[in-house]
Amino acid sequence: MARALIPLLVFALISVFLWVGLSLNPREVPSPLIGKPAPAFELPQLRESGGMVRSEDLKGRVWLLNVFASWCTPCLEEHPHLVQLAQRGVVPVYGLNYKDKREAALQWLGRHGDPYTGIAVDVEGRTGIEYGVYGVPETFVIDRDGVIRYKHIGPLDPRVLDEEVLPLVARLQQ
Amino acid sequence: MTKWIMAILLASFGAACLAAEAPPAAEDPVLERRVKALSEELRCLVCQNQSLADSNADLAIDLRNQVRELMQAGKSDEEIREFMVGRYGDFVLYSPPVKASTLVLWGGPFVLLVIGVVLLATYVRRRERQLRAQAMSTEDRARARALLDGTGYEEK
Repeated sequence: MARALIPLLVFALISVFLWVGLSLNPREVPSPLIGKPAPAFELPQLRESGGMVRSEDLKGRVWLLNVFASWCTPCLEEHPHLVQLAQRGVVPVYGLNYKDKREAALQWLGRHGDPYTGIAVDVEGRTGIEYGVYGVPETFVIDRDGVIRYKHIGPLDPRVLDEEVLPLVARLQQ
Repeated sequence: MTKWIMAILLASFGAACLAAEAPPAAEDPVLERRVKALSEELRCLVCQNQSLADSNADLAIDLRNQVRELMQAGKSDEEIREFMVGRYGDFVLYSPPVKASTLVLWGGPFVLLVIGVVLLATYVRRRERQLRAQAMSTEDRARARALLDGTGYEEK
């Protein structure tokens, strides 16, 4: 009797492994940067007004860094949520325009809305490498001390924003 | 006349192709070999089943250039590996380091091996015992001896 149960147990074990294994997302590589100081950057502004965006200037504030590009299709998916977030004004969102062309980026923002408080231009993708960016869009939450507290890979959706990003931001802002 | 034009066109296209291919390997073959060797150990994050050396994804090209630059700046292979791991995690290494979170990965096969050996040993021992239990009776033994001796065997 016990013997007859063995195949069933093996099957159950394999099912558990497959269930867990197949629900993991291999694209979500845990970032070693969480809990580490955000790499400093000083990059030109995308907008005509010019000037520089310096990560140093943002110390003392909680902010989001959103890596985006006009060539990136999934960015379109998350963009309306970012625009909405900006309208709520809870947290400043800075953009990192990653390996993009200036005119294309400006046109893209003109068409889809511009939620960013400031936009840093990373033409060569160097700052992207410093932040371990490997798929656009990516979003980082950076605290008052300039430490990366959270990273989301791929497009943000309302669930991620409401359940993960915003509660964390609220906690950090206290 | 057309032949000449064709020849000139072909020649110029050939040159264009070469121009697109040549630059990366041109400068320093020793350095390029080092870049290639190291980038074969690093995983391309965009196309995860390719190494940095194999991949032509944009990010892979950028990261290869980064490796080259770090080498030109006199960094050792170990330092460059650390640079990559610091940004992208152990995931970029094709052979991840042994630590608590990778223990199952490294130890798992050996555990499976031990389980296999134990199962095999118990099976063999049980089989042996079974065979011994079915040992020959004296009558069978006598019959076998008779057959071997060639003296025949008479049924009772």
